[in-house]
Amino acid sequence: MRTTSLLKPGNALSLFLLLVAVMAPLYVLGRFPTLEWAYVWALLIGMIGVNILTGYCGQISLGNSAFMAIGGYTTAILTYTAGWNYLLTIPVAGVLASVGGVMVGIPALKLRGIYLATATFALAISAPSVIRHFDQLSGGSQGISIPPAEDPFGLVRSQSLTGEQWLYYMALVLAVVLFLFSRALLKSHVGRAFRSIRDSETAAVANGVNLTFYKTLAFAISAFYAGLAGSLYTINTAYISPDSFDVGFSLALVVGAVIGGLGTGIGPILGAVFTVWSPRYTQILFNAKPDIAFGVLLILVMYTMPSGIAGGVYSLWAWYQRQRAAGRPKSGDGTILVGKAASTR
Amino acid sequence: MGTEVFLSANPVEGLEQQLVFGIATGSIYASLALALVLIYRAMEAINFAQGEMATFSTFIAWTLMATFHMSFWIAFPLVVVLSFVGGVALERVVIRPVERAPILTTILVTLGLFSIFNGLSGLIWGYTIRTFPSPFPVTPISLGGVGIGFQDLGLIGVSLVLLFLIYLFFSRTKLGLMMRAASLYPQSSRLVGVRVGWMLALGWGLSAAVGAVSGMMVAPVLSLDPSLMQSVLLFAFTAAVLGGIENPLGAVIGGIVVGVLLALVGTYIPHAEDLRLVFGFIVIVLVLLFRPAGLIGRAHVTRV
Repeated sequence: MRTTSLLKPGNALSLFLLLVAVMAPLYVLGRFPTLEWAYVWALLIGMIGVNILTGYCGQISLGNSAFMAIGGYTTAILTYTAGWNYLLTIPVAGVLASVGGVMVGIPALKLRGIYLATATFALAISAPSVIRHFDQLSGGSQGISIPPAEDPFGLVRSQSLTGEQWLYYMALVLAVVLFLFSRALLKSHVGRAFRSIRDSETAAVANGVNLTFYKTLAFAISAFYAGLAGSLYTINTAYISPDSFDVGFSLALVVGAVIGGLGTGIGPILGAVFTVWSPRYTQILFNAKPDIAFGVLLILVMYTMPSGIAGGVYSLWAWYQRQRAAGRPKSGDGTILVGKAASTR
Repeated sequence: MGTEVFLSANPVEGLEQQLVFGIATGSIYASLALALVLIYRAMEAINFAQGEMATFSTFIAWTLMATFHMSFWIAFPLVVVLSFVGGVALERVVIRPVERAPILTTILVTLGLFSIFNGLSGLIWGYTIRTFPSPFPVTPISLGGVGIGFQDLGLIGVSLVLLFLIYLFFSRTKLGLMMRAASLYPQSSRLVGVRVGWMLALGWGLSAAVGAVSGMMVAPVLSLDPSLMQSVLLFAFTAAVLGGIENPLGAVIGGIVVGVLLALVGTYIPHAEDLRLVFGFIVIVLVLLFRPAGLIGRAHVTRV
């Protein structure tokens, strides 16, 4: 598809950007920006989750913050109450969140479009109050503070790395691994099944795709990513409360994924960078609550490029190719290119 | 955005009292659910910003009363009219470009509005909790041993009046007929001269006006802050889904059922205060699973 065709000449670019991401905290970034970028990588994991479920499988979820909360609280409770090493809690957070994903995914099998959006929105609104209710476990509105994370190699203790740099690298490594895994998954027959469900459930069933299995799987994987993201987020802040992952957070997750570009590979990356960094600038630019600028931007993106920044860039690229093809007669069949561009959604 | 305020001030103990209280709070959910239904009927979409728009209208009413010293009964119709105009304008300017867009796009645009109105309320009026005067006298009256506040009666009365007006509008006026036609058969309606786009804008205007009424009714019970309607919106969703999302009567019945159920849950299950929102979520999921057309709705069969 279009992603692979753009990635090939972009392979060198990707490697270069990764190198920049690895070096930046050592040479360029101060402590605060390093921590901010650690949030970007944690959020990226959450957005890949949204992208898999909504972008590739077509199931609108406004409730992924609830899965993040499961992950975050797993880490907080296991470290604070049970005294676990926080690193061990990360996989547990992912697994428990994906159990939650399956539990939501099974009733969600029967819901479509607007109804699924409504139900998952209700999930996002109600999640914080459930957490508050079980206050003996969750610490209620007070939340839970956990000790700042140190690496197992003693690099932070010997001051070879700052605490922020450790958080940054931990998040970056996880994000890169999970990103590559999602690319591989979406290229496989699983990804094909997801896309076929998104494009037409009827056609997918007719072609032998097991809707129940693949939709539940999409929820499980998406929630797994959300759980890991929530866990990392909690480790980064060393604190979690019922309002850490509220409706606003859930919306930010979806909105970021959409603005970046649903159903594209680099969409979540753009979305995560946008979501973490745009409030800083909108606050300066508009001297206002970031919400307003966020909403306005979201609506403008929906008007101008409903497939997000990545989708917009791909369309421009396709348009450019078409122009070039049109400039050189007999260079190929233009209708095929038009068809390709039209399928960008 | 995170704080939920609950309709939790149950001052009374008896079952009858709880029922009255439940019906009254249910009427609030019913009125916001009516607003949701109006937009769903017009364009088969759910306006996630419905609650925040209502909060914004309520703040305008607050300003009119607090700053310009208007009485409630002058500010009330003024805000309803303003909200109607605002709703129409919103549709013409913001929603129109995405009228025929895929469902996700429409949802996201209304979520954008959610963000904008929530931010605007916070920016203009701040996050301090304000009291909102009640239009009804506070002294309760006794009906067969059950103390009923004028407040409760007022809430029930207002939502019934709203329902009646909406019923009259859709069934007895030409404009209502045109709106119904425009949403059911846009192509044919256009052929006979109905301006489909404007019918949609009218739907948004009505919905914003009904939402404003709902906000001004809730605000005295809860107190006014930018997240006023967030929990109400969830229960309005529940009510609308329970009543079959496109049925105004269903929305009102759904709202009252939700209100009564919540009051009973509050009475008979100890420490369940925090679980009210989840209750809404669970009801939504159960209804959608087992009766997707709602308790009194008709099932839609589509040919694929």
